[in-house]
Formats: sequence, C-alpha cells, structure tokens
Amino acid sequence: MSIGLLNVIEIILNGLMTGVMYSLVALGFVLIFKASGIFNYAQGVMALFAALTLVGFQTGQIPFSHLINAMFGTNVHNWGPGLPAVLAIILTIGVMIGFAWLFERLVLKHMVNQEPIILFMTTIGLAYFMEGFGDLMWGADIKALDLGIPSGGSFWFEDITKTWAAAGSDYWGMYIDVLDVWAAGIAVVMVLALTLFSQYTRIGRALRAVADDHQAAMTVGISLRTIWVIVWSIAGVVALVAGIMWGSKSGVQFSLSLIALKALPVLILGGFTSIPGAIIGGMIIGVGEKLFEYSIGPLIGGATENWFAYVLALAFLLFRPQGLFGEKIIERV
Amino acid sequence: MFYREAGDFKTTYAKDQQIFPIALDRWAFRLLLAFAFLVVPFIINDYWEKSVLLPFLVWSMAALGLNILTGYCGQLSLGSGGFMAVGAYASFKLSAAFPELNLFIVIVLAGGITALVGIFFGVPSLRIKGFYLAVATLASQFFLIWLFNKVPWFYNDSATGMIFISQRDFFGIQITGAGAQPWATYLFSLSVVTIFAFMAKNLTRGRIGRSWMAIRDMDIAAEIIGVPPLMTKLTAFAVSSFYIGISGALMFLIYLGSIEPTEAFGIDKSFLVLFMIIIGGLGSILGSFLGAAFMVLVPVLLKNIMVGALGWPADLAAHIELLLIGALIMIFLVLEPHGLAQIWRITKEKLRLWPFPH
Repeated sequence: MSIGLLNVIEIILNGLMTGVMYSLVALGFVLIFKASGIFNYAQGVMALFAALTLVGFQTGQIPFSHLINAMFGTNVHNWGPGLPAVLAIILTIGVMIGFAWLFERLVLKHMVNQEPIILFMTTIGLAYFMEGFGDLMWGADIKALDLGIPSGGSFWFEDITKTWAAAGSDYWGMYIDVLDVWAAGIAVVMVLALTLFSQYTRIGRALRAVADDHQAAMTVGISLRTIWVIVWSIAGVVALVAGIMWGSKSGVQFSLSLIALKALPVLILGGFTSIPGAIIGGMIIGVGEKLFEYSIGPLIGGATENWFAYVLALAFLLFRPQGLFGEKIIERV
Repeated sequence: MFYREAGDFKTTYAKDQQIFPIALDRWAFRLLLAFAFLVVPFIINDYWEKSVLLPFLVWSMAALGLNILTGYCGQLSLGSGGFMAVGAYASFKLSAAFPELNLFIVIVLAGGITALVGIFFGVPSLRIKGFYLAVATLASQFFLIWLFNKVPWFYNDSATGMIFISQRDFFGIQITGAGAQPWATYLFSLSVVTIFAFMAKNLTRGRIGRSWMAIRDMDIAAEIIGVPPLMTKLTAFAVSSFYIGISGALMFLIYLGSIEPTEAFGIDKSFLVLFMIIIGGLGSILGSFLGAAFMVLVPVLLKNIMVGALGWPADLAAHIELLLIGALIMIFLVLEPHGLAQIWRITKEKLRLWPFPH
C-alpha cells in the first residue's frame, strides 16, 4: 500500500477513537434528555467535577484547603497519602449520586412544567456553579490522573503496520494510543450495560416509560422525582467515566469541561434521543473532522476542528432535522 | 390617586398608542432619561465609565438584539458572540478604510453588515427548530471566530492578530482611542442605545413584532393564518444581528479600543447575553436592560466585596464568583422563571390597585 493511503487509514482509526471519546460525554446528555427533556449543558462540567473529586480522594487532598487557608491563615494541604483507586472511585460515585439528589431536591423539583429554554439555562447555571465549586474544593491547578490504565503508543500495532507499506519505503507504522483503545472498549461496554439495564430491569422499564410520556408514567405510579434522581446519578457515573478517560489523556484541568462543546455536534448529528446515535454520531464527527483537517485544513490555515464538527452536523440536519437516529418530530396545531 | 389610567383621557390616536399609558410612568421615564443625559455626564469618572456604565450600555444593546430573536421570535441562538465579532470587525475595516466617515454611520453600517451575515446563518432556522437550532447556531459562533483569527485581511495583517482603533472625533469631540473623555464616550453610547431601544420597542409593538410573536407561540398555526415564516424568521435574524453587530461595534470602538477575538467574543459571551435576557425577561425590552444591569453589576459587586473588603486572593475570589453567579442564576430561575421584567409587571399591577388588595 502507498504511504498516503496508510496515512489516511491511520487518521480514520484515530478519528474513530476520538469520536468514541466524544460519545462518552454525549451519552450523558442523551440519558438526561430522554428521561426528563432537559438539555443538560452541565454534563461536561460534571465530568470535570467527577475527575477532580477522584483525583482529590486519590491523592488525599483536603477539600476547600485554599479557602480555609485564606480565611484562617493556616497552611493545610493533605490529610494523608490518599486512598486506593477502587475506594476513591466508589467514593466519587457516592459524591455524584449525592449531588444528583441535592440538585433534584433544591432545584429540579421546582422546575416541573417550565419551558425547555428555562431548564436549559438552569443547567448552564449548574455548570457555572459546579465549575466554581470544583475549583474551590480541589484547586484549579492541572492535576495528573493515574488509575493504571495503560497509555502511550502501541509498538505491536506499529510493527504490524510497518510491514504493510511497500518494502524499502520510509514508513514508520501507525500510531495508536492504547488509552484510546481502552476508552473505546469501555464505551462499548457502557452502551451495552445501559441498554441491558433499560431493557431488563424494573427501574430501566420505568425510565423508558418516563421517557415516552411523563403523565402516563405518573398515572401508573412511577415516581417522577425518584426517576430523575436515578437518571442524574447515572449521568453522573457516565460523567465520571468520561472524566477518567479524558483526565488520563490530557490531565484534569478546566478545559475538560469544554469537551461538552465537542459533544453537542455529536448529539445533534445522532439525535438527542438515541443512545446508538450518540456513538455513531461521535464516530462520524471524529473521522470527519480529522479527515477535513488533514486534507483541507492546511489550505485554509488549520485549526478547523473547532468549527468543522458543527458545520458537518448542520449539513446533516438540513436533510434530517431530528438527527440521524432521533425520533421523528411530529407537529400538530 | 396616583398610578392610575383613570382620569388620563386619551383624545387622540397618538395618545392612545403611546408606549407608557400611565402618566406617572411617562414622567418617571422622562426623568430617568433626563438624569442619564443631563446629570450623569457631569458626575461620571473613569472607574464608573469603564467598569459599569459602558459595559452596561454595550451589553444592553446585545441583550436587546438577542431578545428580539429569542424572546420575541422564539429562535434560540448561541451565536451572539460571533455576531458581535462581525460588528466589531466590520467597524474596524470601515473606519480603517474611510478615516473621514462619521462614526455613527460606521456603527450603523457595521450593524447592516452583521445583519447580512445574520440572515445567512438564519437560513437553517427554516428547517431546524429548538435545541437543534441552538446547537446549529454554535456553528456560526465557532466559524466566525476562527475566520477572524485566521484570515489576515480582517485584522489588516497586524502582527499580534489584534485590532486597534485610533483616535477618532465625532463632531469635533474625541470619542475613541486613548484620552477620550468619559462623558464623551458615555454620551455617545447612551445616545446610540437610546435611539435603537426606541426603535426596538416600536418594532415589537407593530406588525413585524406581532408576526414574530405569532411564530414564537406556534409557528405552524401562524403559517396557517398567513404569517410568512420565511420572511418573519429572516427579519428577526436580520434585526437581531443588526443590534448585536452594533453592540459589537460599540464594544470595539468605544469601550475596549483593542480586541482579540477569542478572548472578547468567545462562547462564554454568547451565554452571558443569553443569561441577561433570561434573567431580565424573555420578550421584554425593559427586561434586556434589567438583565444586562444585573449581569454587569453583580460580578463588579462580588469582586469589590471579596477582593476589596475581605482581602482574599484574586483566584479564590474568581472561583467563588463563578460559584455564586451559578447559584444566583439557579435561585433566580426557581423563584421567578420569567425574569426581572415579570417582577416589575407584578409590581405595576399591585401599584394600580393600591391601597386595595383586589
């Protein structure tokens, strides 16, 4: 094979992996949108917050130490060497569930029957709040997240692909980050688990009932508020997974919350209501933006990844206004 | 009795259609305008100009524009920052190309150019609705900012990629660049905002405004009774972008003087404008101003308290500010989802009946 073709294959592979990483965030959006009709902008910040909390537990930071030091003139940082990874993950899941419960108690329950735009703004408010809260609690510096997930390039894959090029050519093989492969595997497992959960468990059935029709679900005795807490908790766990993956890749820092912006085009491309749509949408976006940057990017100045995803999604929307897999929008007067 | 329609006889059609039907309102508004135009310029200083009044005026203009699109026509847009950038860069190119052109004309032309861009990006709204449209408008936000960063023609090949305004006069009084007097910049911005706020108020009371609201309330029903969706949505996008463009031009020419697009017009600015109209009140001209005042004043206040009075480090204060603003927004939406304008409306109803409970 020629080197150009091999390069394109490498880019497509990497694009697919990146796309799956976007899908991890988009999944949380879809879950909440399906169950409560809320467009949860805070999903990205939830990922950041979860990752910050996890690192905080793992390294044994004292929460709010910055604030305490400023108020009382003390100088405290750590309470100990930190917790083992598994315990830290369990504690973080606990924190995310607690957060979901609090949010439902304090905010969401007052917002029943509000217009979608008001609910959307509430989640932006939540995003600001959590960002400030996370920074205040754990500090805003960039932190390394290490759970022992292998990362770095795969030499095995590089060696195999080196043989694909014609003999004697100057080809170094394809670069694939092992972390991305792990992320893709975890995403697949998560989608399978979520699908099985919503198909075969009692709570899953209740979730689907609420997604179909709030009022009908309430009349058969499903508690909407419990369902909301459950959905937001699941979204919190999904956020934690996304936070772990992105945090291991690029460090836990503020820019992690901006992946929400990359998940939005994935969402509208796949449709707000479809879990498989989130995955396939992510792959299309990932491959599309990488290929565009590779082929056309250099001609027009590069850094096209910021907007190309949106334009691609927009182009799809013009033909299917509900996204690729979204439920057909039926309008009545 | 005060604050009553009763006794205020309307003998002409003009009187019947005036903006403030209650005499006390009319006088209060005239007093407010007189205070803003005649008193404030004499007591204004640099601090109030740069950190309170100019930002307030600029953001009110942007909030007015977005309120026309989102509040009156129901098309959710997250592209305000991008459109403000178009206004700023249009005013930069125009003022660089025509050094003798009157600045007011520059600003209006910049608004016009933004309106054209707005129409272009508004076309998908005919097919895409709701949140799908909101995300689609993000395309314009990111694309426009990228464009202004990457194409040297827009920033006249300046080495830093930033744009600057030189010192310019308006009828012999310097209003842009270093050394402009606070009262001059303030009066100029205030005049622009006042003129266009009146225009917006009257637009929304007229045929166009009613067709916007019809589309907002139910677009299919509006189409059936003969409101053309194409024209209505596109006029909303045009007028809204015109206002947002003017606010961008004001921001660049008068308020900041030099601009770096990613910093000044990023996505957070689009959200800021959206916050203003939600907190102020969707579909209300007054609400745009109240929301802008709220979102400009609260951070200034918080910063003064935490850094100034309590002496906390600035980064800690920034975190707490973020946290408090997020919390305030949520509290606000829980208590009064229709915004400050709704509170004012309720107060007015109560005042009309006062001192009787019903």
